[in-house]
Amino acid sequence: MKIAICVKQVPDSWAEKKMVNGALDRESVDAVLNDLDEYAIEEALRIVEPLNEGKETPEHTITLISMGPDRATEAIRKGLSMGADSGVLVTDASLAGSDAIATSRVLAEVISKGGFDLVFCGTESTDARMSVIPAMLAERLGWAQLTFAGSVKVDAAASKVEIARMTESGVETMSANFPCVISVIEKINEPRYPSFKGIMAAKKKVIENKSLADLGISSSDVGSVGAWSIVADAQARPPRDKGIKIEDSGDGGSKLADYLAEKRLV
Amino acid sequence: MTNILILADHEAGKVAKTAAELATFAKRGGSPLAVLLAPAGQADALGSQLANTEIEKVLAVESDDFARHGIAAMVDALAQIIESQKPSAVLIASSARGKEIAGRLAVRINSGVITDAIDLAADLGATQSVFGGSFTVSSRVKTGIPVITLRPSAIEPAATSQTPAIEKVSITISEKAKLVTISNTQPAVKGGRPELTEAKIVISGGRGTNGDFTQVEAMADLLGAAVGASRAATDAGWYPHTHQVGQTGKTVSPQLYVACGISGAIQHRAGMQTSKTIIAINKDPEAPIFDLADFGVVGDLFAVLPQAREAIASKRS
Repeated sequence: MKIAICVKQVPDSWAEKKMVNGALDRESVDAVLNDLDEYAIEEALRIVEPLNEGKETPEHTITLISMGPDRATEAIRKGLSMGADSGVLVTDASLAGSDAIATSRVLAEVISKGGFDLVFCGTESTDARMSVIPAMLAERLGWAQLTFAGSVKVDAAASKVEIARMTESGVETMSANFPCVISVIEKINEPRYPSFKGIMAAKKKVIENKSLADLGISSSDVGSVGAWSIVADAQARPPRDKGIKIEDSGDGGSKLADYLAEKRLV
Repeated sequence: MTNILILADHEAGKVAKTAAELATFAKRGGSPLAVLLAPAGQADALGSQLANTEIEKVLAVESDDFARHGIAAMVDALAQIIESQKPSAVLIASSARGKEIAGRLAVRINSGVITDAIDLAADLGATQSVFGGSFTVSSRVKTGIPVITLRPSAIEPAATSQTPAIEKVSITISEKAKLVTISNTQPAVKGGRPELTEAKIVISGGRGTNGDFTQVEAMADLLGAAVGASRAATDAGWYPHTHQVGQTGKTVSPQLYVACGISGAIQHRAGMQTSKTIIAINKDPEAPIFDLADFGVVGDLFAVLPQAREAIASKRS
């Protein structure tokens, strides 16, 4: 079984963000592996580890796939230190400013050339928060879409997957045969911290670099030039006016009620 | 007049209120044409619920494939309808499913997609609130038929006295759209409380509750509010994950947001800072949530909330 995991390097979600010319200024903030992708990596590791146990060379492998600038190798390296086997980074100057349509096209191209059985993703990136890439990959690849999984059961021998899709509308039990695109929600597991041994091992693992030319994609179809949606304008939200702050000395609740009544909120 | 297609969501035999909201947006730029992907035999019952909205006509597809095969089947039907109707845009409600349908559909029909818009102009320019509300962005689809998802409750739906005609459309779902089989569906257990993203008032609890949400819930019930929780509270298992407000949870923008025992880390602020009025109750006077609060009480939520509740109740009587 060959598993691919799509990962993204994102601005640290604890950092304040700046926008320049309608795009996030990625240079100005620390970049980290998207939180939600760690759950996908953890879930895939939990699936392959028992199957690989006792084997000299692992029969079931995990490849991390990312698109981004050179420094996105750091995000891939983090996933490798958790235990994934190898990485692919698509990097090309013309990719900057790509929309989800172009991103899904690039990722789908890498996946379709890699002979994978399953693709795992997080449900969204903490920067764009669109939640569309897994669905777009399923559409482009013509694979089964098993997304928003709160639990995943893989039957490698039968090439079957069953998930519990958990969303605001409820829980759905759904299944499909390989190949599948699976996205996982953060409730599914507790991602491991890379061990010292894992970090050392990751330094020796291979991250393959690919350009757009390697994938046969024209640079005019990606990046801000090829984007099918554009940002015309971005305005920082004005800071909130300074509010009232009181110390509770036994009447805090009544004062709060007075404030709400005065504002006609209750 | 050009048609703007809206996808009318429904669940357990009831049409979602987002259908009327989408129609109100659609009306700005064209004639609202609703698509109803209904279980076999339910098109009329569901379609009749679309009366008194801005919807001018309903195209209903009846098939059990939607419930059995999910999103891929819905996209397959929508793409076929778009092919024949040639609308100038497609509007879908922002939800996990709505956004996934939009993403797949955009790829299928070679169009750009915008998600989580909070406003839409007649010329189909969309407004989005990004990075947890710290920026307001105007965006536009420039290729294909714009596919746009709009957040629930972003607009007050207009009421009309029209009853749209329901036209049944016969569509064959392709085999490629049946790769997934849904064997069981358990609708979310809806308590008496409103949906988090749709509520006008949200009362949230965090680490300061120490796992006891009874005061938070009691206040919510008094005000007819939804209950939210910080990531610290959901990670600790004190409240269901589906109630998490913040960067990796729900984004809410109610008239009133009350943060109880929540410090206000940027992760949480990202999910609520566009709320109209923000109230904070926290023991720590240095908690960053006070920077956002219109009214802050430095104190113990277990003392402040019951007293506030009593005072509100007596004001009402």
